[in-house]
Parts: sequence; structure tokens; C-alpha cells
Amino acid sequence: MMARFFKIAFMALVALFLSGPFLTVAGVSVNEKQSLVFPPEGFSLSWYGQLFTDPAWRAALVHSLLLASGAAALALAIAFPLSWFLWRRGAPWAKIFLVLCAAPFLLPPVLPGLGVLALWATVGAYGQSWTAVISHAIFFVTLPLVTLSLGFASIDRSLVEAASTMGANDRTVMRTIVLPLILPYLVSGYAFAFVLSLNEYIVAYMTVGFTMETLPIKVFNALRYGYTPTMAAAAVLFVTVAALVFGLIARFGNIRRLLGAMSSEAS
Amino acid sequence: MRREVPQKLTDYGPLIFPAFMLLMFFVVPFSTMIAVSFFKRNPAGFYTPDFVFDNYARFISPFFGGVLTFSLGLAITVALLAVTIAFPFTYLLTRSTRATQTVWLVVLLSILSLSEVIIGFAWSTMLSRTAGITNALVALGLMSEPQALLPGFGAVLTGMVYQALPYTILVLYPALVRVDPTLMEAARTLGASPVRAFFNVLVPSLRNTIVATLIMVFVFALGSYLLPQILGRPSHWTLSVLITDQAIYQSNMPFAAAMAVFLVLISLALVGLTLLVGGRKEDA
Repeated sequence: MMARFFKIAFMALVALFLSGPFLTVAGVSVNEKQSLVFPPEGFSLSWYGQLFTDPAWRAALVHSLLLASGAAALALAIAFPLSWFLWRRGAPWAKIFLVLCAAPFLLPPVLPGLGVLALWATVGAYGQSWTAVISHAIFFVTLPLVTLSLGFASIDRSLVEAASTMGANDRTVMRTIVLPLILPYLVSGYAFAFVLSLNEYIVAYMTVGFTMETLPIKVFNALRYGYTPTMAAAAVLFVTVAALVFGLIARFGNIRRLLGAMSSEAS
Repeated sequence: MRREVPQKLTDYGPLIFPAFMLLMFFVVPFSTMIAVSFFKRNPAGFYTPDFVFDNYARFISPFFGGVLTFSLGLAITVALLAVTIAFPFTYLLTRSTRATQTVWLVVLLSILSLSEVIIGFAWSTMLSRTAGITNALVALGLMSEPQALLPGFGAVLTGMVYQALPYTILVLYPALVRVDPTLMEAARTLGASPVRAFFNVLVPSLRNTIVATLIMVFVFALGSYLLPQILGRPSHWTLSVLITDQAIYQSNMPFAAAMAVFLVLISLALVGLTLLVGGRKEDA
């Protein structure tokens, strides 16, 4: 009884700590006047409207969406053949690629950021919008790689064996067995990379910070000139998109497995 | 189907594109950065190729020493606090129903994916005078009037623990979810209280996991570059902030690169050292 009470109290406290800032921000975002007060004075959703109607905010939104969708697609294009090769072929040395993919993500982000800044400055492409797409794809490639590796591990190899004995070649196996089974992992890998790219600041800033504003860059630049409820609306938008995407993954996929709860069953 | 060893050259085909991209856009930039750290600064452009140790020599200054000590101390504090909160929390989480776990994992992933800009903005609102938590305390009669709780060290620390907490929980989750339930049951049957079983059985059995998590959170916290700027004073700036500042605002790429190389070396050295110490304990 005591233990149960302690458990609920402790988890509620963590929940309060995690949600507190965003409850405040959500409250602030519906202020009627341009002031950041809580509890809000009046009620207005005009600040959310401004995200889509104000040219500067809308441009930032569009840039962010283009960057995130492009980077996630490119990350998938790198991760898919790699994870297929690791699953199909016995080549232990190729595991070095797993390290190369994880390193940019695990190091302090300022390091890969500075690396790509040095590269693009050296080749004279500094500030071009496509450089951010490539940089983000490399930065987040480990996410689809992890989901795809889990996906390949979950494919029953006897299915593939049966297909091969019936005369199916690699291409047919890919089309009829691998792709249908791997599809949920492709989608979740794309979603992870998309959401993280949408939120990423430092690599985007170091590549295109002076030529193009993404939403996080726009929010940070706006912070210097004073706080407005539009920024609060943008923050709420970010939280909503992330919760929506991960909620969908949880609804249609198995998020506990993706996060390592049951990978022992797969192997 | 067995994994087949690649025999023909074409079997390596799928590796071409990934290998090219990773070499071109991770290995080459990283090497460029190391090279640039030995270059000379060029005020007109970015840098001019050279081989000098000037950028590293600049480390030997009280200012840099101060920033370095502060950065490392801050990251260690954040790692300790985050693991202290996250470990019991994750344990309780893994003992909850599947539905509860799923909801929590979605929430944690959502917060983890948020930009530092957004977290910084949310906390600066939360700690502000007009909209902050002190208003709630005033309403409860615990304070006489609202006040701003930032900028300051407390605000930076709170923001960074907030940012690190979901990461810490998600790193601990796979290990804790696999803990054999009979382990704790045995301890309880033998008469240990839940708290005693937690500290005397669970914590020691996961000692290596805890050390590994501390290191990962430490490196994660070292990477925080916006929260110290948004929530703190310039005296709370970390090495990551200084690197960004030198690279972008002072246009001093060589010095920024030298500091970055230094940061990598420090991270790797600390990881190595901790592994060494951990390994020795295992032998004894």
C-alpha cells in the first residue's frame, strides 16, 4: 500500500516536472494581447494563425518541412542498402559502418556541426540549402538504421529460404517478402529522422543559418528581440507534431520493441 | 537462409552509396576539422592552410581553464542528477502495465526530440516573472510577489536536467525491462523491504549499466549549447557555446576547431578512464 502510494506520487512528480513548462507555454500562447502572462488574459488563437499567415513564420515553417522531409528520405536511402547488406551478407567488418553512422549522433552536436561547416566552407558551398539536407541526413542516419536493423532481425529466415528453394532470386525475395515485412520499420525510421530534423538547430544553423531560417532558427532569432505569444504557439506546434508522430508509431507499430523492450525475442 | 559471404565484386554493390555518403560527409568533414585546427586564422575569409600550434596554445589561459572546469563540472552534475531521478523512475515504469509504458514512451520521445530552442524558451517562460512558477506560489500564499528565477546557475541546471532526463530514461529502459523479476522477488521473500531490495540487490546488479549511462548522459550534457545561453549569464557558458561563438560570431574557425578536437579527446579520455576503473572493480 505504502509502496504503491510512493510509486504513484513519484511518477506524478516526474510527470509534473516534464509537463510543467509546456502547460505554461500552452497557457501563454492563447493570450489575447501581445504579452507573455500566465494565467492568460483573455483567449485568442490568433497567434497560431500568425504561424501560417505571417510571411516570415510561414517561410520558416516551409523551410523546416522541406529540410526534414528531404533529410529523412536521404537518411533512409543510406540506411536501407546498408542494413540490407548487413542482413544478407556475412561480413563482420562491415559493422564499422554502424559506428560511422552512430558517431555523428552520439558526439556533442557542435562537433559534427563544425565538421560540416568546415567542409562546406572549404568546397565553397557554404549557405546553399541542399547542404543542410545532406548534413541532417548524415546526422540522423543512425535512427532509420536502428529501426531497419530491428526490422530485418524480425524477418523469419525460413520464409526467405523457402522462397529461394522455389527459385526466387534476390530481387523477387526483396519484392515479395522483405519489403512488405520491413515497411513498418521504414515508416518509423523515416518518422524518427523527420521529427528530429524538424527540431534540429545547431547543424542547420552552422550550414544555412545566415541564408535560410528554419523554424528552430526563427524561434531562436526571435528570442533575442523579445518574447511573443507566436513563439509559444510555435513551441506548442512542435510538441504536438512530435506527440502525434510518436503516438501514431505507438498505435500502429510496437514502440516498446523499437525502444529495446523485446529485442531479445527477435534475435 | 544463411548469411552468405560476399563472393563477387557486385555483391558489395549495396554498400557503394552508404559508404560514399558517410566518407564524404562525415569522415572527410571530421578530418577537415582536425586539419583546420592547425591552420592559421584569416580575418578576411575563413582560414589559410598552415601547420601551427597557436590555436592549441590559447588553451593555456585562466579563462579557458575556467570554462573547461565549469563545462565538465556542469555535465557531471547533470549526469548525476538525471541518473538519480531516472533510475528509480525507469524501474517503476518497467513494472507498470504495457499501456502505461507506451504512453510514457511516447511522451518521453516527444520531449527528447524537441529542439533545445524550444526547451530553453519553455523554461525561460516557466521561470519568468510574468508567467512563471512564482505566480503559482504567490497564488498559494507561499510567496508575497512573483519574481524572475533567471538568468542563473539554477535555471541552467534545471533546464539541462530536463533535457537529459528523457534521454537517460530511454537509455536505462532496455536494461531495466530485462531485469529478472524473480531477483527482486527472492530479495523480498528473504525479508528485504522494497527500498532495501532496490538498493542492495537491484542497484549493485546493474552497476555496469549505471556507469555506462552516466557516461552517455555526461557526453549528452557536454553537447548542450543553447540552454546555457538562454537560461544563464555569460559566466555560465560552456565549451560547446564557446566553440559555436568562435566559429560563427568571431569567424575564428581554427580556434573553434582546436577546441572541438579537444572536446572529442576529453570525451574519449573520460570514457576510457571510466571503463578502466569499471573493469578493475569487476576483477576484484
